Amino acid sequence: MELLERFVAGDLDAFEALFRQHQKQVYAWIVRIVRDSGIAEDLTVETFWRVYKFRSRFDSAGNFQAWTRRIATNAALDHLRKSRPETELPQDLVSQAKPDPAVRSEMRECLHCAFRQLPAKYRLVATLALIEEEPYDNIAAAAGISPALVKVRVFRAVRMLRDKLKPLGTEMGAKR
Amino acid sequence: MSQQDDKEFRELLKQALPPVADTKLRRDLWPDMLKKLDEQPLRVPWFDWALAALLGVALVLFPGAIPALLYHL
Repeated sequence: MELLERFVAGDLDAFEALFRQHQKQVYAWIVRIVRDSGIAEDLTVETFWRVYKFRSRFDSAGNFQAWTRRIATNAALDHLRKSRPETELPQDLVSQAKPDPAVRSEMRECLHCAFRQLPAKYRLVATLALIEEEPYDNIAAAAGISPALVKVRVFRAVRMLRDKLKPLGTEMGAKR
Repeated sequence: MSQQDDKEFRELLKQALPPVADTKLRRDLWPDMLKKLDEQPLRVPWFDWALAALLGVALVLFPGAIPALLYHL
């Protein structure tokens, strides 16, 4: 019996094998969304818990990685919905590239703040599309929506960010 | 919003919120997974229990259906 068939049948060894094969990819995907290593680890475990729980819904001829990524995206989205917008971005995770001196620190702070206040579904696509530069097709497949809807949500997220920044008088918000 | 504005905004956003650089998993999460599996035994949904109860009642009320049920299992 194939590994995926054994997994669907409830074989824990098969599940462990799949877990070990895919945990790094799942973690890497989630950490790019939630931007916190500890939360990403917890959500990776939560993702595989859901994978195991709903294994009977998986078609063993299907794409396990794509299915798992979709579940991981939903788990991350659930987290974004529950998490408080005050959560700080851990600086140890972000790339060490030196920021452009033209971008003032208060402007960055405003953007941080505005970004955290975006509704979860917009924050998800905006993070992946604008920050992580993930192709729209990949985001669409992971979020279970069409690429056109991803584009719409990115556009709306940008508009919301600009609207939030406008009253603060930042250059970005004012520039239209 | 012009394309130039859009591009500029995206650049500024990326400077304010840089991409996650470290996406490497530092440890094996399987022990955590096992712990979670142990902590949360799989629960039978309430409607499965309701169906089982319904079937039980039906079999008590109509014992003649038992051979038919066994035949179809």
